[in-house]
Amino acid sequence: MTPSPTSELRRGLAVLCGVAIAAAGLVALTWQAAAPRIEANVQARAEAGLAAVLGNRVFDNALAATGHSPQSAAARAAGIERVWLARREGEPVAVVLQVATAEGYSGRIVLLLGLTPAGEVLGVETLSHRETPGLGDFIEADRSDWLSQFHGRGLGHPSAERWRVRRDGGDFDAVTGATVTARAVTGALQRALVYFEGHAPTLLAYRDPDPTHGTADPLTVP
Amino acid sequence: MTSPSRADILRDGLWRRNAGVVQLLGLCPLLAVSTSAVTGLGLGLATLFVLTCTNLLVSLLRPVLVGSLRIPVFVLVIASLVTVVELVLAAWLPALDQRLGLFVALIVTNCTILARAEAFASRQPPGAALLDGLATGTGFAAVLLILGAARELVGRGTLFAGLDLLFGPAAAGAGLTLPVDGLLLAVLPPGAFIGLGLMVAAWRWLNLRPHANVAQAGAATPTGESHR
Ligand SMILES: Cc1cc2nc3c(=O)[nH]c(=O)nc-3n(C[C@H](O)[C@H](O)[C@H](O)COP(=O)(O)O)c2cc1C
Repeated sequence: MTPSPTSELRRGLAVLCGVAIAAAGLVALTWQAAAPRIEANVQARAEAGLAAVLGNRVFDNALAATGHSPQSAAARAAGIERVWLARREGEPVAVVLQVATAEGYSGRIVLLLGLTPAGEVLGVETLSHRETPGLGDFIEADRSDWLSQFHGRGLGHPSAERWRVRRDGGDFDAVTGATVTARAVTGALQRALVYFEGHAPTLLAYRDPDPTHGTADPLTVP
Repeated sequence: MTSPSRADILRDGLWRRNAGVVQLLGLCPLLAVSTSAVTGLGLGLATLFVLTCTNLLVSLLRPVLVGSLRIPVFVLVIASLVTVVELVLAAWLPALDQRLGLFVALIVTNCTILARAEAFASRQPPGAALLDGLATGTGFAAVLLILGAARELVGRGTLFAGLDLLFGPAAAGAGLTLPVDGLLLAVLPPGAFIGLGLMVAAWRWLNLRPHANVAQAGAATPTGESHR
């Protein structure tokens, strides 16, 4: 009544192959439909994040395309991972720094910091973090306005050594019971500001190395 | 083998053999994602979809399945369905996808799905398998939703915050906010275990009261083996 083991195995393998092909087809079809939207979502998220730290600065270049990663030791020491330059009619109007720190309560905190060419803070957003929900997540802009205390500040306002939480002799509020997170973010912003002060001329003179990207913004071509 | 009645399939999946509070299957995503009602419901619906489709497909493949090679077929079906859900979420519900993160992919490891494919769908006609998938998935999603809602309410003092992640901008601001701070413990990992423990206890209490005679049989055989 039962077929021989080998013939049954062969039939089973044929079924397995058939299912594998059908499954691959299903995933491929879904991918085809979803891929453009997924890419657009990633792009939109990146652009929304950048725009969110620029206050209401107006720019006319393809901001996301100007992203580049400085390779210097100074950038690495400050935790600077990526830099974008917003221009209007070819003139720099703002810089966005992506800065990371490992001094939080758990894992890395990655921040976006928007600055005027003079180094004044336009906005700060948290890109990703793994701080404790309910305790360390006040660094998310939609949970708390804690980050807004940095708006309009810069080095000298207050001075670099006062860019700390009050507990450490600085000018910024921490959150009681979650000083570790507040200290990490304040420290990361301070390092980013110091880095920007030291490298502003280079950062503001950045030109997209790929001319095909640059053509989206003819005014910036000298 | 006889098919269980529809009422039995429904009662088993939703209550007597509930995947979350009776069989305690799929605990990893259950505990990790139940920090709010919306994320709980989101993962619950995704799991419901995968479970139902897997049950239906496995039941349809039943005539050609070969005993020794059936598990790889189940795994293939489950893995591709989960991949489809992941892609669809990333494309059409990106904000929810960001919240659920890795846990959508982890639906693949939810033992409930493989268990239903093996123990039920591969031995029953498509109609019964479909119903079993719907019932079991709904039972699991309900536990996720209740646990998520309870943790959100106690931990943050909100309910259904961020409903727009699931239902689009029309639902923005539909959530409820209480004027209290919330008890942090509830949204931390221990809160998940405590909450689920309370739910298991509540299930037992409801079932073991003397007049709960129908359910008592289910409690005695919580894996529902009585059908086979
Ligand atoms: C489970 C647990 C999670 C914690 N999560 C954080 C956190 O995310 N961020 C933080 O700054 N401190 C967190 N803390 C507290 C820190 O260990 C530390 O006590 C606190 O940051 C010190 O702040 P305070 O001096 O204002 O009390 C956590 C503590 C516990 C026990």
